[in-house]
Amino acid sequence: MTILTQGHGVTEEARNRRFGPLYSRNAKAVIGRGLMATKSSNWMVMLSGFFEPVLFLLSMGVGMGAVVGTVQGPGGQEISYAAYIAPALLAVSAMNGAVYDSTWNVFFKMNFAKLYQGMLYTSLGPLDVAMGEIFLALLRGLLYATGFTAVMGVMGLITTPWALLMIPASVLVAFGFASFGMGITSFMKTFQQMDWINFIMLPMFLFSATFYPLSVYPQYIQWLIQAMPLWHGVELLRQISAGAFTPATAVHIGYYLVMIVLGLALTTGRLRSLFLK
Amino acid sequence: MSTEEAGSAHESGSAARPYVITAENLTKTYGDVTAVDGISFSVPAGESFGLLGPNGAGKSTTMKMIGGVAQRTSGSLTIMGLDPEQHGPEVRAHLGVVPQQDNLDEELRVRDNLLVYGRYFGLPISYLRPKADELLEFAQLTDKAKSKVDALSGGMKRRLTIARSLINEPRILLLDEPTTGLDPQARHILWDRLFRLKEQGVTLILTTHYMDEAEQLCDRLIVVDKGRIMAEGSPASLIRDYSTREVLELRFGSERNASVGAELEGIGERLETLPDRVLIYTHDGEAALEEVSARGLRPLTSLVRRSSLEDVFLRLTGRSLVD
Repeated sequence: MTILTQGHGVTEEARNRRFGPLYSRNAKAVIGRGLMATKSSNWMVMLSGFFEPVLFLLSMGVGMGAVVGTVQGPGGQEISYAAYIAPALLAVSAMNGAVYDSTWNVFFKMNFAKLYQGMLYTSLGPLDVAMGEIFLALLRGLLYATGFTAVMGVMGLITTPWALLMIPASVLVAFGFASFGMGITSFMKTFQQMDWINFIMLPMFLFSATFYPLSVYPQYIQWLIQAMPLWHGVELLRQISAGAFTPATAVHIGYYLVMIVLGLALTTGRLRSLFLK
Repeated sequence: MSTEEAGSAHESGSAARPYVITAENLTKTYGDVTAVDGISFSVPAGESFGLLGPNGAGKSTTMKMIGGVAQRTSGSLTIMGLDPEQHGPEVRAHLGVVPQQDNLDEELRVRDNLLVYGRYFGLPISYLRPKADELLEFAQLTDKAKSKVDALSGGMKRRLTIARSLINEPRILLLDEPTTGLDPQARHILWDRLFRLKEQGVTLILTTHYMDEAEQLCDRLIVVDKGRIMAEGSPASLIRDYSTREVLELRFGSERNASVGAELEGIGERLETLPDRVLIYTHDGEAALEEVSARGLRPLTSLVRRSSLEDVFLRLTGRSLVD
């Protein structure tokens, strides 16, 4: 039996870093842990998240597209129905991936695996944990977006180099949803409450101008949908896919920037009050 | 209690060691419930300090406040000179924490649990690899390095949790009921490991309701009940102050125990009648037993034993069941 060696310089160094009250500049440790855990477990979930929008694109775009024919794209030009819904589906998959990671995953880690309790007994602060978990959600969103954009390319739905900007834009969309999702999850105590999330997500998916233009609705419904985050994501990606930018592009981006800031504030505040009570 | 008393209560040649923990009037309320009710204590570096008390006495809450994961309602608390509420991450960089319930990362394998936990402290992987192997050996888990966590027994999980708490070479180790639920072998292995850490100068803060554990490990302890400090001192001094050197246990059968009380009056320093036996607290158990025989009383069984911390504990916190 060896006596434990003590007095390593590095442990002293690690103690003498600069710390904030809620943050230790070490979100990368949370990210590293997530990657290591993913290696061993979450593969099936990852794959299903990638295939879902691809299947929608094939069935709705190709199948329905044959009936619908061409529709008017964001720049006013006629485009195929598949090209019309593909960016919207990308926005939906960014939302779904981010929401799954930041709600169900976080719910489990918070209430069952007690993972965050363990983390917050180290020199990690709640902001490190929130940023690390949100980054992981974004990384997954980035993978999905890249894969989906590649599928769009293969299907001949990419007509302008601007369309590559859909990848970072869908990470922006994912960021907005992930930062809010984690904060909202912190209020959830039971599985039943978690179902409310689906109750909000599904109508948002179906009605946010995903499959047809907003103009089919009466004015007051349009306003309601324009207040929802997914509509801004759908419009943003659709504009980018055609390289047709308008002043509204800046509004869509601004919507997500505000959502990110508010979401991060909510999540950090909630983690603090949940675990440092 | 002033800090000077704490310093002198703990002598051992090296007179003025700095205090690593100082609590004054520490109070924590949850709604109407007062979990910790104005307790004060100081712990010098290298001491092994125990918090003893029944369930719900406020031990775990106190531990959480030290770790900066619970906020005090009032009073003051400094750890290594810092307020854990204002400097949570910085204070916890000095701490190793063994919570009451294991919260190992079930998605990671045994050795990876140590590596990842070390990363949370911002430690480089070049340091962590050999350190993890060393800790696995310390916890006698070397052959389990690549196992999944849920394949480990309760004792192994506990040892892994303790190994994990040492990854950052903490100055202060917080152990919240470290051996609850372990079998005797596992407890003794743990005590041995904790004793080695103490020898290396690690400050141990320990909650327990096992009296033998407190006697084995603690230089000094406080007995807490209902959030207040009932007594404070070394195990030996507490026994001296709150009990007698020996205890004579007599059983007359559950019917007679109560009625013989009067006939035993005057033997020993204090008499306690329980449903199943009568306890006589005395400095000389054999002499007391002779006196019992001399009075013509014939107990079914008799036992003379040394007084233990358990006697002190039960005297101070009462015998009624606490949930």
